[in-house]
Amino acid sequence: MRKSFSAGVGLLFVATLCAPAVLAAEPAKPPPGKGLVFDSSKGNCLACHAMPTIADAEQPGDSGPPLIAMNARFPDIKALRAKIWDATASNPDTFMPPFGKHKVLTEEEIDQIVDFVYGL
Amino acid sequence: MGYESATHSAGLLGEKEKMPRLVLAMAAFALAIGTAAAIAGPEEDRLKVVNYFKNKYADIKLDDYTYGALVFDPDARAHYDSIMEFPPFAAQLEKGKALWQTPFKNGKTYADCLPNGGRMIAGHYPMFDARQGRVVTFENILNACREANGEAPYAYDDMDTMGRLSAYARTLSDGMRVDIKVEGEAARQAFEDGKRTYYRRVGQLNFSCASCHIEAAGNRLRSERLSPVLGQATHWPVFRAGERLVTLQNRYVGCFRQVRQVPDEINSPRLNNLEYFHTYLSNGLPMKASVFRK
Repeated sequence: MRKSFSAGVGLLFVATLCAPAVLAAEPAKPPPGKGLVFDSSKGNCLACHAMPTIADAEQPGDSGPPLIAMNARFPDIKALRAKIWDATASNPDTFMPPFGKHKVLTEEEIDQIVDFVYGL
Repeated sequence: MGYESATHSAGLLGEKEKMPRLVLAMAAFALAIGTAAAIAGPEEDRLKVVNYFKNKYADIKLDDYTYGALVFDPDARAHYDSIMEFPPFAAQLEKGKALWQTPFKNGKTYADCLPNGGRMIAGHYPMFDARQGRVVTFENILNACREANGEAPYAYDDMDTMGRLSAYARTLSDGMRVDIKVEGEAARQAFEDGKRTYYRRVGQLNFSCASCHIEAAGNRLRSERLSPVLGQATHWPVFRAGERLVTLQNRYVGCFRQVRQVPDEINSPRLNNLEYFHTYLSNGLPMKASVFRK
């Protein structure tokens, strides 16, 4: 009885230790698009665009406009996707690489990035 | 040709009394076009770029473009100035000096072979050599000296030989103003070829040299300032991170790789013509070889 009680306390102790780690892991998982947006060999969006609403979007470049209020600027999400897929289609002089047209990113990766950027 | 077509089109109007005046007007127009065509050329290309930067960055003195991207960032410039007091690459320059001074097997030296003993000449290169019908870089004439004196040429991408030799030899022209000439049709073609390379978008990322170094010059990519084309050709080689020797054409190769374009080889006609055009745009700016870069 006594033995099982102490074992129970021990288990409880271990469970308490583990709990914060488990709980912390959940909200820390970023949306998949964010990793692609930040990855310098993938979207590398921070090279040119600030993201004022994202706390860890540090030291952004300034060659492109800040990414903010995107759903107001692009009422049609398809227009945002088209911009990322090939910005030269709507502006031949743009600085922005044609991420879809030149296969810098896959179609699926672009979808994930669009989902993330649209929420900014 | 211009005059003939002018009279011909005037004749089509069939108004005899108005013809002389019309012909005169059209001839004047053709003359104006001809004059414009005579002006359009390397010097017009250079002035267009100079004026672009004057308008965009009115506070920057033209000569200061020799400092590259540092002109946009006083803190980085101060850091540069302090490092240049005791450059960490001094030992490499000493090795370059030894390469420069060591006589060839026949007893001659580079100074014997080059115009003006090799001093205050780098600003004339790249030069279009009409006899060879091609652009000749400063590194080409160093190798030409070697070969003329019975020595094997250095590989252009070997930083321990050609890199160090060029790094020292170019310092002998510090303070010289860049003075590239484009004379004659063949030279003009080489210049135009370099210009096409400069403005053509390439690579998976679809950038031209001009995208970053004219249009976006002074902007930041993350925390890195994009250097301006003006003055960009005046300060090579550089020692990146203080020690890593990088020649101008090495840097071209790096740029092509960054935009994910397979680069041409160092000393290829394309890169030599690019250097010819690129350096011409810095005409009039002071040279300062072998400098620190991050």
